[in-house]
Amino acid sequence: MNTLNIRPKQNEVFNISSHVFHLYIAGESANSVLAQRNIKVFCDNHYGNDYQLKLIDVLLSPEQAWNDGVTATPMLLRISPLPQVKMMGNLSDKEQLSNVLI
Amino acid sequence: MNALCRVYYNNDSTLNNDSILNTITMATTMPSKKRIELNKTLTGIRGLDEITNGGLPQGRCTLLTGGPGCGKTVLALQILVDGAKNGEAGIFVAFEEDAKRIVTNAATFGWDLPDLENKELFFLDGKPRPEDIWAGDFDLTGLLAMLKAKSDQISAKRIVFDSIDVLLSLLDNPKAERRELFRLNDWLVSNNMTGIVTCKNNDSGLSGLDYKDFMQYMVDCVIQLTHEMEDRVAHRSLRVVKYRGSGFYSGEVTLLLGEKGAEIIAFPEKSEDQLATSARVSSGVPRLDSMLGGGYYRGSAILLSGAPGTSKSTLCGIFMSAACERGERCLYVSFDESVSEIVRNLMSVNIDLIKHVQSGLLHIESIRSSLAGTEEQVGNLRKLIELYQPQCFVIDPLSAIVHSEGDSRRRMPEKILTLTKSNGITLLCTSLLGNGGDSLNEETGIQISAVADTWIHISYSILGGERNRALSIIKSRGSEHSNQVRELIIDAQGITLADVYQSNGEVLMGTARWQKEQAEIAAEQLLLANVEYKRRVIELAQNEVNARVEILQVDLAVKQKELELLLATEATRLGHIDTTRDELWSKRSGDDSQPSMPHGQ
Repeated sequence: MNTLNIRPKQNEVFNISSHVFHLYIAGESANSVLAQRNIKVFCDNHYGNDYQLKLIDVLLSPEQAWNDGVTATPMLLRISPLPQVKMMGNLSDKEQLSNVLI
Repeated sequence: MNALCRVYYNNDSTLNNDSILNTITMATTMPSKKRIELNKTLTGIRGLDEITNGGLPQGRCTLLTGGPGCGKTVLALQILVDGAKNGEAGIFVAFEEDAKRIVTNAATFGWDLPDLENKELFFLDGKPRPEDIWAGDFDLTGLLAMLKAKSDQISAKRIVFDSIDVLLSLLDNPKAERRELFRLNDWLVSNNMTGIVTCKNNDSGLSGLDYKDFMQYMVDCVIQLTHEMEDRVAHRSLRVVKYRGSGFYSGEVTLLLGEKGAEIIAFPEKSEDQLATSARVSSGVPRLDSMLGGGYYRGSAILLSGAPGTSKSTLCGIFMSAACERGERCLYVSFDESVSEIVRNLMSVNIDLIKHVQSGLLHIESIRSSLAGTEEQVGNLRKLIELYQPQCFVIDPLSAIVHSEGDSRRRMPEKILTLTKSNGITLLCTSLLGNGGDSLNEETGIQISAVADTWIHISYSILGGERNRALSIIKSRGSEHSNQVRELIIDAQGITLADVYQSNGEVLMGTARWQKEQAEIAAEQLLLANVEYKRRVIELAQNEVNARVEILQVDLAVKQKELELLLATEATRLGHIDTTRDELWSKRSGDDSQPSMPHGQ
């Protein structure tokens, strides 16, 4: 709903990396596990070490997820670089992933 | 269908909390070891609780399906709001509309959502944005976890998923979509949440999963909404398609989206028997009262039929006026005139309704008949009756609100009559009928003629270049009534009923009647003059005789006097003779005896 509050502030630590992602997952569900692997593979291939991935488990912090406007899981949020990008699904659609993130 | 619903209503005469209690007590007294109790959640929506025998299944999932503009969102939200107002917190998950817009739209129903929001009512905006990217399979696990946390926090009992198909169709994989629907249903059941899931009809022929079709088998209760044009008027209806473990009314009922939200117009098939009263109410026209044997029966239904311009409305007006004079509450619903027109037109025939409106006894409501369907109009009438609780009620004309042929046309008058009779209201309604020979044919009129207790017909009689109104009583149940046709005369003084004349096998009215009346008056006057003349003649003769009698009497008196005089003279003369004779005797002194009297004295 309101995505402004998760935009990183200037002095925050993950500003060091040029690619910052938040991945909202639902525990160990199949899609969540798959999404984690897919984004990791993608980032490793494309950004090397220059990325940061923060995992947010909706089952553990549902309130944050509610405030961040999560509806379907898994959900990937690209914080940096701008513009912010919201991707839903287990990210197994490689073509879509490349189109959007590169 | 009718037979089925009758069975339901006969079994559960009162379809509210009592019947739920009955169900529960029945369940507890059942001998089986496994007790099955179906708890229900009242929706607070008028009519819906009745047709579902007490509300939606508690802790289970209800599917609300329908095309665009059926009222799915309104209905679902209203159930949630009603719960929130009664201490059952709820969550609204909006997939189709912005939550903010839903709140704004709901404000038109006066639900005070901002007051409830974030206390008893929470909105989750789940509407997919155009900039969102969908890459691969996803599921509702996260969403449901969030909702679980939220519902635990506010102890929510009700939850609405508005247009779940909007989100799940993005999966673009029927198998996955079905999986998520199962997940949703399981979640609702395991969390004991009363869920309402709305989805569209898949009538557009789009490929993919038919949500409605699939979910109908999964959920415990399915309510189908439809929105169609009926004779160029929008008509929303609702039908309970299935309800596991409960009886329900399976017929189609009308859904109204009114000023205060959704409402369902459902009428029980059987009305409670009202005690028939023999009390009469005046029609406002004394002569009509006597034709009816004392007036209309209180609580009965009277039909006034006739061609246009036969002053049906005037008879309605005078009935209202008379009722108000008696101090009764009245309601006048007009479908073809505005309030000011009614008042003005009736004023022209000396019927003053303004004072009664001002005193609060009378309410006049003008409804545009073309704005709503028949069922909706019946709903409106019910609302008005509840609001004003009239003792006398006029619908002018009833025929205006019957748009369509067929079933609704047939049943609508019955519904209104059920409504008025169960409340003991005297109903006077008018109906437009042609003036042809078939005017009394029930096929041309609406079916109220069969159910009305009293039927008065006003027709035109055209004779001698004139159009006159003829009133007759076709039927009047349970009372003697005149079989005479009367001429209805309306002038600035009001309404009068005049006798009609029979002349050479034809009924005379209007000027012809007037002429006949005048001729009769003239003949009468001639007769009177004749009598007077003869009386005078006889009187004159009498006087003459009397005068003659007087003269004769005078004559008689004169003769009497003459006689008296004669006798007196004679007596004197005889006396004189006696004296002289006595003197003579004494002078003669010769005879002893006196000579006999010549007069015999």
